[in-house]
Amino acid sequence: MAVAIRQPGWYRGAIGLVLGAAFGFCLVVGLRLLSGLDAFQTEQTGYPQVVVPLITAPFGFLFGFGAFDYWFRWAAGKPTIPEDHSGHGATKWQDYFKFNTDHKVIGTQYVVTTLFFFLVGGLLALLMRAELAQPGTQIVAANTFNGLFSTHAVVMIFLFIIPVFAGLANYVLPLMIGAPDMAFPRLNALSFWLLPIAGLIFLGSFLAPGGSFDAGWTGYAPLSTGAPLGQSFFNIGVQFAGASSIATALNFLVTIITMRAPGMNLWRMPLLVWANLSTSLLVVGATPFVAGAQFMVFFDRILGMNFFNFLEGGDVISYQHIFWFYSHPAVYIMMLPGFGIISEIISTHARKPVFGYRLMALALIGIVVLSYSVWAHHMFVAGMFSWLRVPIMITTMLIAVPTGIKVFSWLGTLFYGKIHTYSTAMLFALAFIITFTVGGISGVMLGMIPIDIHVSDTYFVVAHIHFVLFGGSVFTIFAGIYHWFPKMTGRMYDERLGRIHFWGTLVGTWMTFIPMHWIGMDGMPRRVADYASQYGDWNLLISVSAFVLGAVQLIFLYNMIVSWRFGPKAGPNPWRANSIEWQVSSPPPVFNFDEIPRVVGGPYEYGTPGARHAIMGGEGEGAEVPETKPSTVTVPS
Amino acid sequence: MTRLPILKMVLAVIVLGVVQSVILLQFNWFGDEASTAAKPIDTLLDVTIVLSSFIFAIVCVALGYALIKWRAKPGDESDGLPIHGNTRLEIIWTIIPVIIVLGLAGYSWAVLDDIEKTDADALHINAYAQQFAWTFGYPEDGNKWSEGELHVPVDRQVIFDLQAQDVIHSFWVPEWRIKKDAVPGLETDVVVTPDKEGTYSLICAELCGLGHTTMRATVVVESEAKYKAWLKKQTTEVPEDILKTTDQYDADQLKKEEKSGGIEGSGVIEQ
Repeated sequence: MAVAIRQPGWYRGAIGLVLGAAFGFCLVVGLRLLSGLDAFQTEQTGYPQVVVPLITAPFGFLFGFGAFDYWFRWAAGKPTIPEDHSGHGATKWQDYFKFNTDHKVIGTQYVVTTLFFFLVGGLLALLMRAELAQPGTQIVAANTFNGLFSTHAVVMIFLFIIPVFAGLANYVLPLMIGAPDMAFPRLNALSFWLLPIAGLIFLGSFLAPGGSFDAGWTGYAPLSTGAPLGQSFFNIGVQFAGASSIATALNFLVTIITMRAPGMNLWRMPLLVWANLSTSLLVVGATPFVAGAQFMVFFDRILGMNFFNFLEGGDVISYQHIFWFYSHPAVYIMMLPGFGIISEIISTHARKPVFGYRLMALALIGIVVLSYSVWAHHMFVAGMFSWLRVPIMITTMLIAVPTGIKVFSWLGTLFYGKIHTYSTAMLFALAFIITFTVGGISGVMLGMIPIDIHVSDTYFVVAHIHFVLFGGSVFTIFAGIYHWFPKMTGRMYDERLGRIHFWGTLVGTWMTFIPMHWIGMDGMPRRVADYASQYGDWNLLISVSAFVLGAVQLIFLYNMIVSWRFGPKAGPNPWRANSIEWQVSSPPPVFNFDEIPRVVGGPYEYGTPGARHAIMGGEGEGAEVPETKPSTVTVPS
Repeated sequence: MTRLPILKMVLAVIVLGVVQSVILLQFNWFGDEASTAAKPIDTLLDVTIVLSSFIFAIVCVALGYALIKWRAKPGDESDGLPIHGNTRLEIIWTIIPVIIVLGLAGYSWAVLDDIEKTDADALHINAYAQQFAWTFGYPEDGNKWSEGELHVPVDRQVIFDLQAQDVIHSFWVPEWRIKKDAVPGLETDVVVTPDKEGTYSLICAELCGLGHTTMRATVVVESEAKYKAWLKKQTTEVPEDILKTTDQYDADQLKKEEKSGGIEGSGVIEQ
């Protein structure tokens, strides 16, 4: 027991948690008493005795859990413990509950954790839909309802979509570029463990007096600066989720830039790698802005700093500028990795090179650059300076161009291919093209100021965001999980259940979110617990469809869990794919490669006899392997 | 390599695009029109719907054709043709969308200019938003006030000067197609020319707290004579809520203004 307490792990983590909380609590109470104040302060924007421990307790846990042991020892100048790699790899299920530094274990931890939060966020959505099934108030009152849609959005954005992509890429990307691990394995593990902390803080806000944060996921000031305690939980939770996101992005950037296998120049990187490079550029540049916005709200609430207090010279609208300077790029953070996944899957399952590979890569970079210049399209009716609207409209609409390039290139990839549709991954990828096109079109409509003036803050916006985030991002996530499931688990999932899940999800998505366009355009505002009775029938349809959509996800979970345990062995390369991750065993060995592979050609050389992407260690050693050049065949017009 | 049946595909796109457009244009998406802004905005929407129908048709036809034509037979392990791209095609599908979106942006800009033009003789009405009610001040017609009910004359341009007393609210009458946030500490306004008599709803469109759902006001558009008659019956007394919250803004300023003839005409209270 004594040993267990000194070792990094759950016992020491629990002790650290308690000590961290006690430290924060005593600090607040002590300083307040010293200053001649009451020990506790219970104004709704205050509660320092709660919010300070909320910051210190997670750090206490992380210290105890072992997240900083190596760094501290190193920083203190003590002799470092020689690497024994005991924190690396997983041989039993308990290894997934450790501070594990293996990118594959971390990838799995990410995906499983985020799927848990996907379920939680989904349940919150279903509660909302239950309330909205009929006009009037039946299940939850307005205050709970506002809390439900706020937490739903925050959980889905910060704890599902953004991190699940980080998780998938964590697993696949080092393998794809022929690296033994990520560049900073300890930072990688820390990034993961910040995530459940953020999730627990968000969900913990339901226990706060006044209920969970309820100013929307956007948390506009001054509604948020005056909101009950739960809002502070949001402010703090975002810091942990954001730090996790930034650290992971830095890790990806360094990994992609410095750790590619010999021969893998930029134009031989798979598009998933390009996508994560682009995403990481966005995360590193933009995420500090949401952290800043939430800190400013937090300081307004706790310290009375008046950033957004108009009575004291604060500027209300500046919150929106800072917030959207992150949160618009954030929608590309939630979409670009999906683009990468779709490129991999369509090329592999259509047995063809990605059409216009270089333009596809450049389109990603184009989206990165443009997406920094469009944030204010969320504010066309917000009362900001009116001259900014037209330039922002133009950049916003121009983003449709690189996005359109991607859609057309995926379609071009299918032409003259051999399209295998037996895999659920490919079904999701193909459906994604159509569904995402709808979301893209409604996005262009929202970019047009006169239309946006009418439909902003209506259900049309809700429909658009769910078409791009559910019909877009979540479809790519499902596609990615199905595609790499055999690689991650070494086993095959059940395609029949996969197809049921696919069709249920596709129909459910359209039935749930298409009618939202109609009622929104007709005048139903969003974020309302009740609505005019003329929208009753449509809302009932939406609610029923949402429940079907939710129920279908249980099939997915069943399929994943049972197949992970009992599925037939998958073999190293069930999809006969070219990229490097499929050239190693499933699941891959602890350090990925016995010998770093040599990259000799593009990643998608399907159809060129003898063309190779990479030469794996142990084969062709010393032998002359010709460099393959991509051959260009022109489509007859 | 077989040649693509380009002509047939183009025909399919046209047929599908036309069918979609015709179906989609049957519906009155944005609801009733009751202001001069509604017509140009709805026309813009119709143009966008037709363009979108064709773009969607292109994607559907391309995907559908590819799936019919090149779906692999079970057990077929061969690869597709090693086509890496087609520079001319890629340039085309970059340039054409640029032209389309720039055209749409230009059109939108023209509509925006059109609907935001202000007349010199426009009627100014103050709209005060607070959790969770609307109050209206009519400074030009004898400093009248109304609470929860807004009356405007038909066929005359109205400029609403919006003021939020606590948090952000948003002024939205769907039939007028206009919306603007009322932001605490900031002067915003919104221009509209109602051109159809009737009763409408003013909806708060920006989440403003627990009562957001119910934060509505009745809007009555009526003839100039009826409007004047109605206004005559309204109070000149400054509603208590307005006084109270104004007081929070700046008590000294208020005193000064009260001395110099009331706060009603002053628009946003200067800080």
